Amino acid sequence: MARIIIPTPLRKFTDNRATIEVKAIDIRESIHALSSLYPDLKKQLLDDAGEIRQFVRIYLGDEDIKVLNNEKTPVTEDAVISIVPAIAGGLASSNSHSVQHTGATQR
Amino acid sequence: MKIKFRKELVERMKNHALETYPNECCGFIFGEDHIEGRKITEVHQTGNSKVGDQQRRFEIDPLEYLKAERYALANDLTLVGIYHSHPDHPALPSEYDLKQAVPFFSYIILSIEKDGVKNITSWQLDQNNQFEEENVIIEIETLK
Repeated sequence: MARIIIPTPLRKFTDNRATIEVKAIDIRESIHALSSLYPDLKKQLLDDAGEIRQFVRIYLGDEDIKVLNNEKTPVTEDAVISIVPAIAGGLASSNSHSVQHTGATQR
Repeated sequence: MKIKFRKELVERMKNHALETYPNECCGFIFGEDHIEGRKITEVHQTGNSKVGDQQRRFEIDPLEYLKAERYALANDLTLVGIYHSHPDHPALPSEYDLKQAVPFFSYIILSIEKDGVKNITSWQLDQNNQFEEENVIIEIETLK
């Protein structure tokens, strides 16, 4: 069974499970199997056409599937697949404004 | 929500922000996630992989991100968030920060100027995908 590592921001959709094992022959089947197990996760990973969303990065081991064979990349029984969210931020421009926010006063 | 740091970990983030000034720094924060709040036990700096204007943007290489998730799994920790600096700007999230933010994570922002860090805040997305400020608590270790 291939093992999929769920990033912490998505674990609320997998009952807080960090890794999920799926039986699949390639990346596409793995992600669809995962989506079937956790339907709430499906819309995070797949678009309406059932394709893996553009901003979802998938790694097989240490390799981005984009440099392999994308969704058709075969997976072995001991494969480790990672879902990687895009992490970025910072000041948008030199005159950037801060967003409105709610919340606590800093202590 | 409270987010607790040991002073030493805060100093590490501050030093990182100073080292990279006037560019933005970034890194991972690991710890425990409880209903009553978060306790940060480790801070790991990482490189700003943004190609171009690092004074106003940061990006984390996906491979570095997945290594951080693996580290958390191997050490029974949770990757609870990301820190980054705002050189010469307040420790308030920008519209770009909001656009890029993912749920669950605490986003630590360090406001830094040439002579040092001025403020540290922490933010998390709420149910409406707006930033809510967290209470940053810095624990000063005492002699036992």
